[in-house]
Amino acid sequence: MSLRKRLLIAPQIWLQRHAQVALASLGRLVRNHLSSLMTCSVIGIALALPVGLHVMLGNLQSISDTWDSGASISLFLKQQIRDDQAASLAEKLRLHQRIEDVELITREKALAEFQALSGYADALEALDSNPLPALLIIQPKADFTTAETAQRLVRELKLLPEAEIVQLDLQWVRRLQAITVIAQRAVVVLAALLGMAVLLIIGNTIRLEIQNRRTEIEITKLIGATNAFIRRPFLYTGFWYGLFGGIIAWLLVAVSITLLSGPIAQLANLYQSAFDLSSLGISTVLTLLLGSALLGLIGSWLAVGRHLSAIEPN
Amino acid sequence: MIHLDNVSKRYPGGHTGLSNVSLRIEAEEMVFLTGHSGAGKSTLLKLIGLLERSSAGQVHVNDRNLTRLKNRQIPYHRRDVGMIFQDHRLLHDRTVFDNVALPLIVSGLGHKETGRRVRAALDKVGLLHKEKSPPITLSGGEQQRVGIARAVVSKPPLVLADEPTGNLDPALSQEIMELFSQFNQVGVTLLIASHDIDLIKRMQKRVLTLSKGQLTGDTIGKSIHVP
Repeated sequence: MSLRKRLLIAPQIWLQRHAQVALASLGRLVRNHLSSLMTCSVIGIALALPVGLHVMLGNLQSISDTWDSGASISLFLKQQIRDDQAASLAEKLRLHQRIEDVELITREKALAEFQALSGYADALEALDSNPLPALLIIQPKADFTTAETAQRLVRELKLLPEAEIVQLDLQWVRRLQAITVIAQRAVVVLAALLGMAVLLIIGNTIRLEIQNRRTEIEITKLIGATNAFIRRPFLYTGFWYGLFGGIIAWLLVAVSITLLSGPIAQLANLYQSAFDLSSLGISTVLTLLLGSALLGLIGSWLAVGRHLSAIEPN
Repeated sequence: MIHLDNVSKRYPGGHTGLSNVSLRIEAEEMVFLTGHSGAGKSTLLKLIGLLERSSAGQVHVNDRNLTRLKNRQIPYHRRDVGMIFQDHRLLHDRTVFDNVALPLIVSGLGHKETGRRVRAALDKVGLLHKEKSPPITLSGGEQQRVGIARAVVSKPPLVLADEPTGNLDPALSQEIMELFSQFNQVGVTLLIASHDIDLIKRMQKRVLTLSKGQLTGDTIGKSIHVP
């Protein structure tokens, strides 16, 4: 009799076996719930850090994006322009086809605001005339808010005889965006490092598991189990560790966001912004769970590959 | 069924397990293997079950040249060879049923068929009523019978037993041997290593004697072929 051909196993039996092994590995984790929970928590915490930072950066980016599109142009008028002249200029500019709205801050108003906010009220009292110019805050139309079109508007405004300084308030938004890009890179690096840590954690846990089940592996090999058969429960165990670690990371981030959203809403309120801290999106959650399960699978695969071949029955 | 041609096994460190052993065991034979401990009985069984590979010579089992068999093909060879050990080698965290079912699960048999065959094997060794017990609650003789049920459940053409009665009293040993005879009568080839000379004599089968790794006796006169 020649080597018996590998049984052509019917697909439903194959699926049935996989489901059984998956559930058996899950059952094993549940039976050792304390140590399983600890391993999953370590994985969860390691994953929560980059995921949480990612969410925070997403929020920061959405802030800078909304402010970018809402960028306004500050047109400081010459010192000698009176408030009524400024008002008529504002009227004229409101009719401009690229301008949505113009807010006039008269010299009087500017002085009042400065006195109220700066704390130099006494110093200003000492001056015999108002040193502040009138200011027009110009809101470009939605179609003209890109950096380039806004710049063109700025050049146009600079040609006005009344204009002293024209300022496009985009600089700080750009800086914020640059910082965000750097932070994003840092998150990627951090995620890579912590992902490696998760691989090591799972690899080590699986290695211990293999050692604990050495006799079982030997006996199963004696009976004619292939390496794939022996590998399977460990791969599922790694998969479950990764998945549950991912779920714990998700919970940790969700709880942290809930805790932060109250104070952040308050802070946003102080900036007269209705900014709302966005939570984990469905795609982020799916990526997290998929990624963590994959990490678990890879971690156990590495451990199993290294340690399983060393166990042979005698 | 088994054909050894000038087979030697040397272990790292210079110890010789077998030297220049040639023998032939036909299908449906029941053969005893005897000799002092360290004579090479276990080594011979390990070479046939591919737990170890020979250092020299050719080993053919089931028309399969084990010398040329690749490592990844070993599991499929082992599925055709039932193995029984002195220490039973049962999994103590599983029931008797699950232990006996293991070879069938390993080869991917369906759920229903597995249950049917496991119960048939347990019935054969008289332990059907213990299928849900953990092996640790069973006596030594019963545990060995679980080991035997596991070895035959997948109906392998060849069964190897290494001191299967080593820890059992004479009455239980006799029972186990009768079980083996019954398997032999339905066409299973058996190779049983034992140093229980009295028991072997009573069985009246072919006996191979090993001494210091060499085959020193082959009492063919007592071999009985079952058609």
